[in-house]
Amino acid sequence: MSERILEVGNLTVDIPVGNGMLHAVQGVSFHVDKGETLCIVGESGCGKSLTSLAIMDLLPSKAIRNANTLELDGEDILNVPERRMSDIRGNTMGMIFQEPMTSLNPAFTIGNQMVEILKRHRNVSNAEARDRAIYLLEKVGITAAASRLSQYPHQLSGGLRQRVMIAMTLMCGPDLIIADEPTTALDVTIQAQILLLLAELQREFEMGLILITHDLGVVARIADRVAVMYAGEVVEEGTANQVFNRPTHPYTQGLLECIPIPGKTERGKPLGSIPGIVPSLVGRFEACHFADRCPFAMDSCTDGNIALRPANEAGHAYRCLLSPEQCAANAKTKGVA
Amino acid sequence: MTETVIRATDVTRTFMISAGAFRGKKPLRAVNGINLEVERGEVLALVGESGCGKTTLAKMLLGLLPPTSGTIELTGQPVNSIHRLEMAKLVQPVFQDPYSSLNPRKSIGSIITLPLRVQNDPNPETWRKRAEEIMELVGLPSRLFNNYPNQLSGGQRQRVAIARALINRPEVVICDEPTSALDVSVQSQILNLLQDLRKELNLTYVVISHNLAVVEHIATRVAVMYLGRIVEQTETATLFDAPEHPYTEALLKSVLTPDPSLGIPDTQLGAAYPNPVNPPSGCTFHPRCAKVMGQCSEIAPTPTKRPHGHVECHLYDDTAKPERAAS
Repeated sequence: MSERILEVGNLTVDIPVGNGMLHAVQGVSFHVDKGETLCIVGESGCGKSLTSLAIMDLLPSKAIRNANTLELDGEDILNVPERRMSDIRGNTMGMIFQEPMTSLNPAFTIGNQMVEILKRHRNVSNAEARDRAIYLLEKVGITAAASRLSQYPHQLSGGLRQRVMIAMTLMCGPDLIIADEPTTALDVTIQAQILLLLAELQREFEMGLILITHDLGVVARIADRVAVMYAGEVVEEGTANQVFNRPTHPYTQGLLECIPIPGKTERGKPLGSIPGIVPSLVGRFEACHFADRCPFAMDSCTDGNIALRPANEAGHAYRCLLSPEQCAANAKTKGVA
Repeated sequence: MTETVIRATDVTRTFMISAGAFRGKKPLRAVNGINLEVERGEVLALVGESGCGKTTLAKMLLGLLPPTSGTIELTGQPVNSIHRLEMAKLVQPVFQDPYSSLNPRKSIGSIITLPLRVQNDPNPETWRKRAEEIMELVGLPSRLFNNYPNQLSGGQRQRVAIARALINRPEVVICDEPTSALDVSVQSQILNLLQDLRKELNLTYVVISHNLAVVEHIATRVAVMYLGRIVEQTETATLFDAPEHPYTEALLKSVLTPDPSLGIPDTQLGAAYPNPVNPPSGCTFHPRCAKVMGQCSEIAPTPTKRPHGHVECHLYDDTAKPERAAS
């Protein structure tokens, strides 16, 4: 049994809005083991970013967080004072954001910002912290690392900035890294490099990695396990192989149908699409969240909330009333399995 | 014989960039000697990393930016001799981010009919009807006529942008990253719409995109740009099945198809994109090239004709030594 790093049980995030309560995240459960990559994938507004912020306890102040379990390395981080939480953030748990320009402080040098993190959490001298910063900058593939320390973020390109962000997150040797769309702002060629780097570092330092993205291509290449989110719920989870080769939930199937795949989708032929829009999450509703966009919707879909149920293989689960066999047949007719 | 709608000959655009206080200015060749022909009904995709000059080229094709040298012809007339209003009837843009490209204080109807007002269209009484026709064509319910952009979803906004571009029935539509700000399920709807409209209205598209899977899907021809030059231009099928330029190969390698049996590709492109103010000598791609040879750092390659287009690389030079050409 591998070592469990993060355990999230029945996490909910509610945000009060003018005309009621917005249930942004509704009962999300997952776990991350040592050295494992979990990808949370979904479209905008599905709650994937709020999930990550809820884990870090960085939600906007009016948002309400609830969970049955929220444990990092066996320690309950749901009901801990803010002082303990700031000891954890950046130390055992690091976060990489989408836009490196806005998450680095433009007024301080790279070295300054990197050294600060280590000095905040560890009792080290300036020189030691500097050495570690140089070591990590070299690790993330930055040449002339020592001279980079005196540079400001604006002097670096987007790809370099994201590398600095990664190095900075690694300063305290965290057990868990949460990366929220780390490559969305970058060129495709740089994206591949950054992902490769993340995967290598993760293996080397045996960290848990949660990668949040909307890019199914990225997910397929880097994930050990995948959680597909839709309208605040996990609608399907399993290994990358299970989710991509045997997509079971109609939403996952629809998503895979939407993207052109070189060598598979016929050039110029119409792509599949998911009609309709994401439902409003204000107020409770007792039904399958995907029912009004689902091509296979039945009357019983709107009778009540649908529980995550196991598919035929171990570790693969989905939230739909159809049997795994029916889902597999649907996937076949859609050409996504 | 097909008709050439866009012809660019030796187009160069230079910006003067300040090199720092008291240091004078340095030239930055954003677009450096581009030749391009687009025929009616074609979809030409411009691909390349940020800073390669795709958007500058698009702005010149739209007549928003005059070329420093060279000529651009649209339907046979030089762009600088076409009046602005005429130009707007020939070519229209669709931009990347439908959240910032639509005026939040104008209603959808007012945004879509603006081109008619600008053109002093003689029949104001038909405007509303025409706007509703084009809204139907792009899949917008006509009840949205009096709504405002903030009441619409991202996909609907992009449809508004497309309707606005098409209301005067242009010949050419320049789409600058038309789907990269949209969600996957909406992206496929917009791509399907663009395809349908092209067939229905016999449009010519120039699509700028960094998503090569999208490019392969909708383009008929692809031009790969690197540091202001088109390094390879050919038919879509040829480019994706048998890329010739090493840069094209690296770009194709970086496409992440959703196939969990494959790992993350190593593009071997190495360090960062070169500084365009101070480009590398010879072939500007040589510091990142996996197949670099002796002459690459000295002599800039010239375009070599290939069966379906051209490529700009010493590997395909007629003058290259045989053993090198074979490598």
